[in-house]
Amino acid sequence: MNSDPQTYSSVVSIRNLHKSFGSNHVLRGFHLDVAAGENVAVMGKSGSGKSVLIKCIIGLEPIDEGQLIVLGKDVPKLSVRELDELRADVGFQFQGSALYDSMTVRENLEFPLRRHLEKIKGYRAEDLVKEALENVGLLNAIDLLPSELSGGMKKRIALARTIIMRPKLILYDEPTSGLDPITAREISRLIVDIQKQYQAASVVITHDLACARITGNRLVILSDGKNYIEGKYEEVERMTDPVVHSFFT
Amino acid sequence: MLRHAATSTLLLFKNRLVVLRLLRQFFVTTGQISQFAARYWREVWFPPYEFQELLKQCFLIGNKSMALVGTTGFIMGIVLTLQTRPTLIEFGAQSWMPAMVGIAIVREIGPVLTALICAGKVGSGIGAELASMKVTEQIDAMEVSGTNPFKYLVITRVTATTIMIPVLVIMSDLISLGGSAIVENLKGGVSFTLYFSKVLEFLQFGDLLPSIIKSFFFGFAIGIIGCYKGYTSSRGTEGVGRTANEAVVIASLLVFVLDFIAVLVTDIFYEL
Ligand SMILES: Nc1ncnc2c1ncn2[C@@H]1O[C@H](COP(=O)(O)OP(=O)(O)OP(=O)(O)O)[C@@H](O)[C@H]1O
Ligand SMILES: [Mg+2]
Repeated sequence: MNSDPQTYSSVVSIRNLHKSFGSNHVLRGFHLDVAAGENVAVMGKSGSGKSVLIKCIIGLEPIDEGQLIVLGKDVPKLSVRELDELRADVGFQFQGSALYDSMTVRENLEFPLRRHLEKIKGYRAEDLVKEALENVGLLNAIDLLPSELSGGMKKRIALARTIIMRPKLILYDEPTSGLDPITAREISRLIVDIQKQYQAASVVITHDLACARITGNRLVILSDGKNYIEGKYEEVERMTDPVVHSFFT
Repeated sequence: MLRHAATSTLLLFKNRLVVLRLLRQFFVTTGQISQFAARYWREVWFPPYEFQELLKQCFLIGNKSMALVGTTGFIMGIVLTLQTRPTLIEFGAQSWMPAMVGIAIVREIGPVLTALICAGKVGSGIGAELASMKVTEQIDAMEVSGTNPFKYLVITRVTATTIMIPVLVIMSDLISLGGSAIVENLKGGVSFTLYFSKVLEFLQFGDLLPSIIKSFFFGFAIGIIGCYKGYTSSRGTEGVGRTANEAVVIASLLVFVLDFIAVLVTDIFYEL
């Protein structure tokens, strides 16, 4: 009911988010708002808690404290079922692709569809799979196993699997890490295309400056568990703050 | 002298601590495995049922272990017969061969041998598979795409081993008896029909039923241990091999413990 875009002002609304693992206090009061259709790039040092942040957003990690509203739903309060329903509208690309080793590319893409038949009513699974693969330009890989794919192909297939449910929000965990600059740029462009085509909002976690510049309408730097600085890429780039500066050198 | 005594007491104390720690670890692990098994029994009744994955796992388990289980069973049947023949002949009790071999195989050797082989082959496979899925976040990916990974991965695999180990045990029993019959046929001129009718004559339902029941327990134990080890493995690629190894060790040990319990329980029933 309240998944109607009118009833919530922002797709993601995070206030004062805290998350620790034992004595390791990873997130210490993080704030973030993502508007409908907006791409936010999040940068931060390795181990600063970027992956933890988006895992909290999708409910894979429980949060300790704070407010976390995604697509109008209060994530920490959702039942298992409601969480599943929410996840049908959220795409998540894992840092290591996380393709299912024992399944072909086709089966990998069909996997998210099997539990959400009502959402994709009126479409044939086959068509959705083909469309998603065409979007990432890998239709010819449909019957290959993940072990037969290169690193860049894996990232693209993972991207296809992420978008196959036509999510309203997409969370990318380092979509370009470990790729050569050319492939990385292709993937960044693909992310922008997907944003346009599906009208989806997204959070892009990245180390890669080029990726942050191409994909992000806005850039957030995560440091000490807080959003250290926010702004347009060009604005942030010009800042003289030493912490910010260290990302651009 | 005094110093020596002090150090040796200290050493003793340290060793005691090690023993205590091991003991604690043993109880903690046992508790966690029991909880994991309890979760299986809580969740197995409710939909969604992953029948397709269950069938696939059954097929894979059967397919992977059939040749190995068949070969060892065959050899065991032959060896057992060859080894006992001289003694039986000495006592003029050759005609008891089918009964003796039949009971030994059906009651004990078939189930335990098959379970041990499957602990090595299937248990370690499940452990390694789930551990690597965990490390590469495939289990998280399932959860995110709305599939309960416990149902999809654990329940199907444990159910599959529970169904398939008894099937493999029966197969192994038959092949072992076949091997034994071949020896008797070649060396003692006993016909196959005579051999098997003798086996059937001596073998009672009371021999078969407990052995089938305990095979179900063996299958469940192998599946649960493999899944527990894999599903809860700590992150890291080098953990995958260790997980598989531990799964085999624990599952094999558990097979013997369960066998011991099963024999004690059966014994009580016979006395009644
Ligand atoms: N499941 C977990 N259990 C315990 N600690 C964890 C867990 N997940 C993450 N951490 C800790 O949280 C911190 C942040 O981890 P995270 O994976 O979010 O880093 P990251 O910013 O994504 O780094 P990278 O850029 O290297 O991927 C690290 O110190 C890590 O040790
Ligand atoms: Mg990360």
